[in-house]
Amino acid sequence: MSVLVFLDQSEGKFKKAAHEAATYANKLAQSQGGTAVGIAFGSIDSNSLAEAGEFGLSKVVHVNNPATDNYDSRAFAKAISAAAEKEGSKTVVLSFNQRGKSLGPRISVRMKAGYVPGASALPDSDGNIPKGVFSGKAIAHYKINTEKKIIAINANTLPPEKVGGSAEVEVFDGGLSETDFAVKVISKEKLSGSIPLSEAELVVSAGRGLKGPENWGMVEELAGVLNAATACSRAVSDVDWRPHHEHVGQTGLTVRPNLYIAIAISGAIQHLAGVNNSKTIVVINTDPEAPFFKAADYGIVGDAFDVVPRLTEAIRNFKASQS
Amino acid sequence: MKILVPISKVPDTTAKISFTDNNTKFNSDGVQFIMNPTDEWFALVRAIEIKEKSGGSVTVINVGGPENEQIIRKALAIGADNAIRVDTADDDAYFVASQIAAHAKEESYDLIFTGKETIDYNGFEVGGMVAEMLDHPFVTLVSHLEIEGNTVTVKRDIEGGHEVVEVNTPCSISAQKGISEQRIPNMRGIMQARTKPLEVKAAVESEKLTQIISYELPPSRKEVKLIDPENVQELVKLLSEEAKVI
Ligand SMILES: Cc1cc2nc3c(=O)[nH]c(=O)nc-3n(C[C@H](O)[C@H](O)[C@H](O)COP(=O)(O)OP(=O)(O)OC[C@H]3O[C@@H](n4cnc5c(N)ncnc54)[C@H](O)[C@@H]3O)c2cc1C
Ligand SMILES: Nc1ncnc2c1ncn2[C@@H]1O[C@H](COP(=O)(O)O)[C@@H](O)[C@H]1O
Repeated sequence: MSVLVFLDQSEGKFKKAAHEAATYANKLAQSQGGTAVGIAFGSIDSNSLAEAGEFGLSKVVHVNNPATDNYDSRAFAKAISAAAEKEGSKTVVLSFNQRGKSLGPRISVRMKAGYVPGASALPDSDGNIPKGVFSGKAIAHYKINTEKKIIAINANTLPPEKVGGSAEVEVFDGGLSETDFAVKVISKEKLSGSIPLSEAELVVSAGRGLKGPENWGMVEELAGVLNAATACSRAVSDVDWRPHHEHVGQTGLTVRPNLYIAIAISGAIQHLAGVNNSKTIVVINTDPEAPFFKAADYGIVGDAFDVVPRLTEAIRNFKASQS
Repeated sequence: MKILVPISKVPDTTAKISFTDNNTKFNSDGVQFIMNPTDEWFALVRAIEIKEKSGGSVTVINVGGPENEQIIRKALAIGADNAIRVDTADDDAYFVASQIAAHAKEESYDLIFTGKETIDYNGFEVGGMVAEMLDHPFVTLVSHLEIEGNTVTVKRDIEGGHEVVEVNTPCSISAQKGISEQRIPNMRGIMQARTKPLEVKAAVESEKLTQIISYELPPSRKEVKLIDPENVQELVKLLSEEAKVI
């Protein structure tokens, strides 16, 4: 029995999310005495394809149709379901990211397979799968009633793990024809230079306490020395001090980085909803009563304008001493 | 343009989350319920704007019990023309999507316009399932939408950026922030909502593919460790040696 895993790519390279999903699929397959098989789409460099084997995949099915360089959930779901059928895969694993969120439900319907969106761990010994609910305020354990199963995993659920090995690459047409593609891409805009917030391992975020957009230099500098992505509260993006794509929380993006540094953010419940699954939270706030301290691992009660530049300096020195 | 907006009911964003029956059921005691914010502020409002500009109709549909009529009336007060409630429990996404798809197949809508996710089960799934059931193109996480004839032009998120894409109707779209602004229903809207049609339908036969066995609250974080603002080196040390994140 094999587990099929969708390997998401960007500009010809597998995303970190793809390596996480491959690791998850490999562990799942092993626990069932089977193997994990990847499926990749479009133009991708041959090194990346072969490298997938290092994450434990025995084979990668490659739908090398140039039309799949543009993402269309309907066509992708059709090809993935066809690959699952061909490989005899009863389980399909995806990343719970932008593409996974539109693919999971479609494949669930196509294969009539129960779907757990946003799994936060491998299935337990009863086969039940945990998933965050109520915007991180609780965990629900899902049972899938069907033999076929679709699981989309959260970012940072498992660290990608290289176990060695190489994957056989097999070209597959996915049963796709021109009529399967209905989404026409007009233009693409990458936010240059920045680390995508949804994938970031480290995030530096700031709130209204910084008083104006002109004060974000020190936030960017701290993010720079850490190689972190920047984020903000809704109060900040609402007044256009920062772009909307940086807004985290209930109505913005949900992030689960290893480290979330919250500067001058009060920690309203709607903000916490988007960040409270971060592994480690650091809060810097002048107000010792700020609710964020209750959700934090480490806190500094102090003025951001004083603390942040010194913290940046200390991290810079630390990094220099490490290299 | 004939638009269907599926709306769901969720606990208020500040609700305290707890469980009963040995952690197998959500405890709704004292919980305020609201229309799911992404459905209300984004999908519904943008649908109404499209109707106001170029005509057509906006129907809302909810799968749930009679207690959900409060949010359905609100959607009508904001400006939807009519409403459907499929009278059944909504405890499995596939089951819910089957109900919405069954209704949509009878009516041939040009656009099925959901929110990106519900803030209770955070599934991002009902919209995509309905799209597959109707064999629609489906574009998710849309923050801008324009319609010209039967061409829908949208901006969607991709990791680290966005794309502008075109699809033709009929299609399914899931909305997020940026697409429109929240609208507060006015007195006239509230009065009109009372007389707008709200049809209650029986559920169609469908399987439930998943179920929740139990809930738990996340392990509470240890007491925060406070660090002297004069001693930021201590924080760096903790982050590297204790938390091992840098
Ligand atoms: C339905 C709904 C959905 C929402 N969704 C979101 C969401 O997704 N994301 C979100 O973020 N919010 C959301 N909100 C808004 C949320 O409730 C808060 O209003 C918002 O998060 C506050 O942002 P803030 O912490 O930056 O600002 P404030 O609440 O103004 O807090 C500023 C903080 O900075 C501190 N401070 C001031 N000066 C300094 C200084 N010099 N140094 C250090 N600290 C300082 C203050 O002590 C204070 O704690 C939502 C609200 C609603 C009703
Ligand atoms: N019970 C329901 N009735 C009608 N629409 C729903 C229901 N549940 C979810 N939806 C729609 O599907 C979207 C995604 O929900 P979910 O998959 O639960 O995250 C929501 O934003 C709604 O637009």
